[in-house]
Amino acid sequence: MSVKINVTGEVVTALLGGELDHHTANEMRREIDSAVELNMPTLLILDFSDISFMDSSGIGLVMGRYRNLMKSGAELHICGASPQIYKMMKLAGIEKLAKLEGR
Amino acid sequence: MQVNNKFSMTLLSRSSNESFARSCIAAFAAQLDPTLEEINDIKTAVSEAVTNCIVHAYREELGNIYITAELLENNVIKIKIRDKGCGIENIEKAMEPLYTSLGGERAGLGFAVMQSFMDNIKVTSKVGKGTCITMQKKISRRFSFNG
Repeated sequence: MSVKINVTGEVVTALLGGELDHHTANEMRREIDSAVELNMPTLLILDFSDISFMDSSGIGLVMGRYRNLMKSGAELHICGASPQIYKMMKLAGIEKLAKLEGR
Repeated sequence: MQVNNKFSMTLLSRSSNESFARSCIAAFAAQLDPTLEEINDIKTAVSEAVTNCIVHAYREELGNIYITAELLENNVIKIKIRDKGCGIENIEKAMEPLYTSLGGERAGLGFAVMQSFMDNIKVTSKVGKGTCITMQKKISRRFSFNG
């Protein structure tokens, strides 16, 4: 499990790596949330390029961040989704909440 | 249906076992020569079922998760995941997409994912006794030996 944060102006990018399940989701959430609190971005990009496995805990993570960002009117983008992750995001209707891009 | 191979294990309901459980089943399913997509579908469905045992069935306590996988004739894998936790009061409601009794960071998609990634899923549950999820998936035959 890894989270690499990159801040450019008002954009925070979180590059997520490893396996995203119920066991690892909490720590990822904490790291993303502290970067958002600190930098108050207008756009948060969650980059799934280095995620090797994801179950619906990843959807919970995306929905939770979306709810938090809504309070400040910031936007959420998802990128680097593998075909499997993309399939899960579509099943959950994430494309209605955030811009969704595959690998 | 004829059982060609079978594998069973019992795990404690610790979240660190989620990854172990899906990797074990994936390694066993590899005998059917699945595609990468099929193996990912199986891993995801197993992860959902095991996570349900941990966050719903046993909640604050530790208990056993019983997992059995069978390789059946016609390249079908059958996976059974059972717990002796709190049980589900209303299975129909629990299976509705986006329904969750926990709120917060849970998406309420566990059953929807299992249904969509496997060919079929059966859920039986008794309040106070536990829950059993049985799911099956037919693995496509990539190579034919008939030329």
